[in-house]
Amino acid sequence: MEANKNTEGSFHLTGGDFTNAGAASSELKSILTNLNISPDIVRRAAIATFEGEMNVIIHAVAGVMYYLITPDCIKVVLNDMGPGIPDIQQAMREGYSTAPDWVREMGWGAGMGLPNMKKNSDEFRIDSVVGEGTTVEVIIKIKEDKTP
Amino acid sequence: MNIREVVDSLSLDVKTEKGDLGRTVTGCYISDLLSDVMANAKEGEVWITLQTHPNIAAVAALKNLACIIITNKRNPEEETLKKAEDERITVAVSPLSTFEVGGMLYTLLRC
Amino acid sequence: MTLGKVTEILEGEVVLNTGDMETEIPSACSTDLMSDLLHFSSRPKSLLITGLNNTQVIRTAEIADIKAVVFVLDKRPDREAVEMARQKGITLIVTRLSRFTACGRLYAGGLGSCTGENR
Repeated sequence: MEANKNTEGSFHLTGGDFTNAGAASSELKSILTNLNISPDIVRRAAIATFEGEMNVIIHAVAGVMYYLITPDCIKVVLNDMGPGIPDIQQAMREGYSTAPDWVREMGWGAGMGLPNMKKNSDEFRIDSVVGEGTTVEVIIKIKEDKTP
Repeated sequence: MNIREVVDSLSLDVKTEKGDLGRTVTGCYISDLLSDVMANAKEGEVWITLQTHPNIAAVAALKNLACIIITNKRNPEEETLKKAEDERITVAVSPLSTFEVGGMLYTLLRC
Repeated sequence: MTLGKVTEILEGEVVLNTGDMETEIPSACSTDLMSDLLHFSSRPKSLLITGLNNTQVIRTAEIADIKAVVFVLDKRPDREAVEMARQKGITLIVTRLSRFTACGRLYAGGLGSCTGENR
C-alpha cells in the first residue's frame, strides 16, 4: 500500500432489503483485499461491517455505511435512521435480540451482532437516540505485511 | 439410552430441575430454525440448537422432544428456563460447538 | 479431509464445483444462524453444514471465508444462491442426510470443529 494514500467511500442501506443485504460489506471486503491487506484483517473488518449492515437492514428504516481506509487502519461508521436502542448495555449482551421471529427464521436475530462487531474490532463506539437512530463506529488496525 | 446417560457422556450442564432425566432418547434433531423443528423433529428426540429464547421451550413441548441441548457456551434466557420447567423439559448446555456435540451424540447413539 | 471425501461420506451431490475437490478442509461449522457463523469462524477454509438455503447463507459464507456449504435434507439452493456462490468461489453440496447424521459421519471421520480446538 502506498503511504499516505487513503481510500474512502460510502454505501446507502435500505431497511428491510434482505435481497441485497450484505452487498455493501461484500464490496468493501473486495476493496480491502485489492489493497493487499492481510486476509485475517480483511475477515475481521468484513465480519464487523457485515453485522453492522445487517443490524441496519433488520431494525432501521435506512442508513449509510461510510468507510475510510488509511495505511494504519480501517474505519467504518454505520449511521441509521431507526428505532434507536434504549439500553445499550443490554443490547451488547450476547444472545439479547429485539429481532422479530420472522427474521430468526431467515437465520438472523440471534443477538450476536453488536458483540460480534466489538469482538472483531480494535475500537468500538456506539451511540443511539431512541426514536431517531443509531451510530456505530469500528476501527480495525492494519498490521504491516511481513512478507518482503 | 436415557437423558441422564447423554448428559453424563457429553459432560453437559443441566439447567433445569423438573425434567425427567430417566426419559428415553429416541434420536436427535439439529436445527436452529423453529419452523424446521416443528416440521421435522420427532417425539423423544434430543434437540441441539444455538437458540436460547423462550420459543424453544414451547416448540420442544409441542413436539414432545426429550430435551434441548444448547451449544457454544450460549446461555438460555431466564424466561426460557421457566417455560421449560413448566413443561418439564430438560435444558442442558455445552461449551462445545453444535458440530462436536452432534458428532459425539451420533457416535453414542449408534453403539 | 478433502471436499471429495466429504461428498463421499455424505453421499452428497455437488451442485456447484468452484474449485478443486481435492481441497483440504480442516474444520466444519454447523449452524442455521448467520451471526453464529461469523462469531465462531476463527479458522478459514471451513465447511458449513446447514439447513438454511437462501442467498444470505452464501453472503455470510463469503464473509466468513467458508470454502464450501453442505445443505442437508435435500434442501437445494435456488438459482440466485448458486449464481452468487459461483461468483464468490464457494462450492455447494446437497445431501439427503439430516444435519445430525451429516455432523455425526464427518465427526466420526475425523473432521475438526471450526471453533478452533485441534483434534
